[in-house]
Amino acid sequence: MKVETKYFGVVEVEENELIHFEQGLPGFESYRSFVLLPVDETGVYYALQSCEEAGVSLIVASPYLFYKEYEFDLGKQMQLDLDIGKAVDVAVYSVVTLREPFKESTINLQAPIIVNVNNGKAKQLILADEIYQTRHSLSQEEGGEQHARP
Amino acid sequence: MLVLNRKAGESIRIGDDIELKVVSVEGGQVKLGIDAPRHVEIHRQEVYAAIQSENTEAATFSENLLDLLKSSKKD
Repeated sequence: MKVETKYFGVVEVEENELIHFEQGLPGFESYRSFVLLPVDETGVYYALQSCEEAGVSLIVASPYLFYKEYEFDLGKQMQLDLDIGKAVDVAVYSVVTLREPFKESTINLQAPIIVNVNNGKAKQLILADEIYQTRHSLSQEEGGEQHARP
Repeated sequence: MLVLNRKAGESIRIGDDIELKVVSVEGGQVKLGIDAPRHVEIHRQEVYAAIQSENTEAATFSENLLDLLKSSKKD
């Protein structure tokens, strides 16, 4: 199917590449169908593009590339909602808020996006404890290392 | 909006399967206990609102920044 995107013109997407948010995303509750489109050459950043509304596109990345120690409990309900059987079925993405200058950009660790890669079911999990916030720095403080390599 | 007075230990029932209990009231803070089926998501309103607004903000940025990402190479 053809999908009109915000940044990449019209792209051809296979049905099995679609990601389905049954409850939408907070702030974008009415859009259910998305696709992940690679943004950069290194495969760090993806655009989570709505298939229903070209104007809705969020940048996401694996949180583990930036925060290796990141961890949270998926919870029983999430496993049921997404029909998750095995840990390998799960892909985790975090929403990146790009800001100018770039070093002000942040990553949302409080609300990871969970995708079952087998069936395309997805949901943004809101972590109840507040160890992680919506705005963690994209660049690690020490050593001038910009970010972890994939 | 429905407004009810409740004392500590008293409950409110919402629908067939949600019970909202006032556990304690202390110094302007109400501690609530919520019994609800697992599929009912419960969030502090301000947390949900923060995620909504972060998502909305994340969806709007200058295209210069995207160009910056596109051209970022493995170092």
